[in-house]
Amino acid sequence: MSETIPITIDGVEVQAKPGQTILEAADAAGIYIPRLCYQKDLVPFGACRVCTVLVNGRPQPACTQPVAPEMVIDNSSEKVQTYRRNIIEMLFVEGNHFCMFCEKSGNCELQALAYRFGITAPKYPFLFPKREVDASHPDIFVDHNRCILCARCVRASRDVDGKNVFGFVGRGPHKKVAVNADANLGGTDAAATDKALDICPVGALMRKRVGYAVPVGQRDYDTKPIGSDIETSKAK
Amino acid sequence: MSGLEAEIKAICKAVGNDRTRTMDIVRAVQDKHGCVSSEAIDVIAKQVGTPRVEVEGVVSFYSFLSEQPKGKVVIRLCHDIIDQMQGCDRVAQAFAEELGIAFGETTPDGMISLEYAACIGMSDQAPAALVNDVVVTHLSSDAAREIVRKLKADPDPKRLVASLGDGNNAHPKVQSMVMNNIRVRGPVVLADFDSGEGLRKAVAMTPAEVIRDIKTARLRGRGGAGFPTGLKWEFTRKASGDQRYVLCNADEGEPGTFKDRVILTEHPDLMFEGMTIAGYAIGAETGIVYLRGEYAYLRAFLEEVLETRRKQGLLGRNVCRKEGFNFDIRIQMGAGAYVCGEETALISSCEGKRGDPKNRPPFPAQKGYLDGPTVVNNVETFCCVSRILEKGPGWFAESGSKGSAGTKLLSIAGDCRRPGVYELPFGVTLREVLDLAGASDAAAVQVGGPSGQLVGPKDFDRMICYDDLATGGSIMVFGPERNVLEVVREFLEFFVDESCGYCTPCRVGNVLMKERVEQIIAGRGEPADLDYLQELAETVKACSRCGLGQTSPNPVLTTLKNFRPAYEALVKQDKDGFRPTFVLSEAVGDAEAISGRKSVHTHQ
Repeated sequence: MSETIPITIDGVEVQAKPGQTILEAADAAGIYIPRLCYQKDLVPFGACRVCTVLVNGRPQPACTQPVAPEMVIDNSSEKVQTYRRNIIEMLFVEGNHFCMFCEKSGNCELQALAYRFGITAPKYPFLFPKREVDASHPDIFVDHNRCILCARCVRASRDVDGKNVFGFVGRGPHKKVAVNADANLGGTDAAATDKALDICPVGALMRKRVGYAVPVGQRDYDTKPIGSDIETSKAK
Repeated sequence: MSGLEAEIKAICKAVGNDRTRTMDIVRAVQDKHGCVSSEAIDVIAKQVGTPRVEVEGVVSFYSFLSEQPKGKVVIRLCHDIIDQMQGCDRVAQAFAEELGIAFGETTPDGMISLEYAACIGMSDQAPAALVNDVVVTHLSSDAAREIVRKLKADPDPKRLVASLGDGNNAHPKVQSMVMNNIRVRGPVVLADFDSGEGLRKAVAMTPAEVIRDIKTARLRGRGGAGFPTGLKWEFTRKASGDQRYVLCNADEGEPGTFKDRVILTEHPDLMFEGMTIAGYAIGAETGIVYLRGEYAYLRAFLEEVLETRRKQGLLGRNVCRKEGFNFDIRIQMGAGAYVCGEETALISSCEGKRGDPKNRPPFPAQKGYLDGPTVVNNVETFCCVSRILEKGPGWFAESGSKGSAGTKLLSIAGDCRRPGVYELPFGVTLREVLDLAGASDAAAVQVGGPSGQLVGPKDFDRMICYDDLATGGSIMVFGPERNVLEVVREFLEFFVDESCGYCTPCRVGNVLMKERVEQIIAGRGEPADLDYLQELAETVKACSRCGLGQTSPNPVLTTLKNFRPAYEALVKQDKDGFRPTFVLSEAVGDAEAISGRKSVHTHQ
């Protein structure tokens, strides 16, 4: 399709394709919009709200909002960045995130976003919830302490793996990821090769016995900030 | 096959093993067995062909459903701010003492469970409780003890109804002690009504003409958001799809509102007729009333009204003898979840899922219930529709204010002499409303429920209408002796409990706002906490995914604006500049417990 929809992101005119979301159009244009629950090839979920942008002054999630002509998008003002920083901080205090001993450290998107936003310590009080670790499966463990309820595993298991291993139970602050069995992950047909395991942005859903295969210091976000892959594509 | 398995299979079969009817299935199982056990979840999932985690997700979402067994009788004491002001804590204590259990527990013999409920829609006769589906009102500690004694002698909650309420509350199919408390009958919703008249006029026109009339009348949705109804219908009619749907939002969950309860009791015909007119206008064959679980006591009555309308030819095939116009209505029960009043969450719930709101776009008008174009309107909106068709759009638009045509039903409760339902023209000032309700000494008024705004006397001359003080109907009055911050704390607790938890700002932000307001009430706030609360509330408002999180910061934001001195008095610097934000004895409490001795610093 040759027709494009002109939109403006941070003063830059971008030619978006019909049917694209704001986030997809920005990615294609080499403009990084921070995100956590969004994962390419999964149905957009709109849960984390880190990708909130102002569209003609109104807050909208970039991952689910389709482009429309005349959109003027603010992706970088102090206001937008404050919203995002606050949401990232909320995710830290809601769970029990101990980056210093998490084996996902350096590969964790939440941690990487905190670095990108210059968050050294959240201003919100830690809520210290009591959450369990499910290590019942021989090859996989689930640490609910680190889960940010992004539903990437839910979507990948359902739509890519065709298994429906994960789902949500409870509501409000008690909402959590549950498994499709009466007790724990060991009772499901989850396998270490599942796509659902590859896409957890944090250290909640992990393969056993491979934790430090890549040493700390050489991991995804140890050398370059999250989002730089998108931003460097613009330079080319 | 176990007895349970056979029974559940029969329940599933009764709704055609249809997974979109999961709500009906789990409600039936809960009613029969006092819980939806893990075993039951397995059977249901297999029968309707869905992963068991989906069914578990549904059961865990709704307050009235439970995986753990509950008593044969469940007492749900309403715990909203109005009930608290009317002494529900004393009632709670009496229930707990008489039963020998705490809230959230079940008696050892498995007979009676005791729970709190968010607003059950009885603020005009608080304190009130639900005993299974039976409503008991005007409770006192003596009444609570009497209820327990009666239940122990005979566990049938129906026997608790000693005297019947007015109007249709005394109808054989209702038989409740609820009172209507109608104080002002306006010309639109609460006036007498000839069933079928508006509908017959509608089918004599083309659907486009009906929509034109609704637009001419300038009708806006009565749920609170105020979207133009005619425009919504036009979008739905023009959207592509084989099946279209009309959904009526009877999930009146906003604390302090109970006007839909009165409509459902006294004028269901008017509402059903409005839905039927909508069905004709948009080309739908199916209507669904989403009735909140708290109003289950009205269900049999509403079913009977529907049956009568079918017999009268006002529902079913060729409605009003209009060849090819087929329309019928079913009732979908909710199960205790405030968020299901949000239109896309309501649709999720009707589809047998967790009551999570959906991403927009697509909007329900394009892709709603079962992906078909769907109109979702409030109970009161449909009543207005019937009347517009009956009396004409000009007649309707005559009353009200410039931007807000017609009348509005207000539910008024709290510190006032005449709590109840008032049908008043839009444009009425808050002061006039307060005078009518006998609340001239009000110090603060919550307009639009917790998600609305708290205003003080300087705003009492403002008007009730969409462009000024908008409200879905809830007006809560607080006298000079009430603590405004305590009101805010209560509302935040409500939103924490009722958030669906889907998106970060609402799931976490409400908890954080409540934490800080509690700190301030405890005298441990700092002046900087007011900016902290402001920014936090703005983030939650701006970034939340649905109306719940977009409005839950309103108690904080409107009190910071209108009642700032109440905060400032509590966060004032001491003479010595010391603020006890940090309490050493609490901070080392856990360590003291582990070590088994008191810290030298804290044992004063």
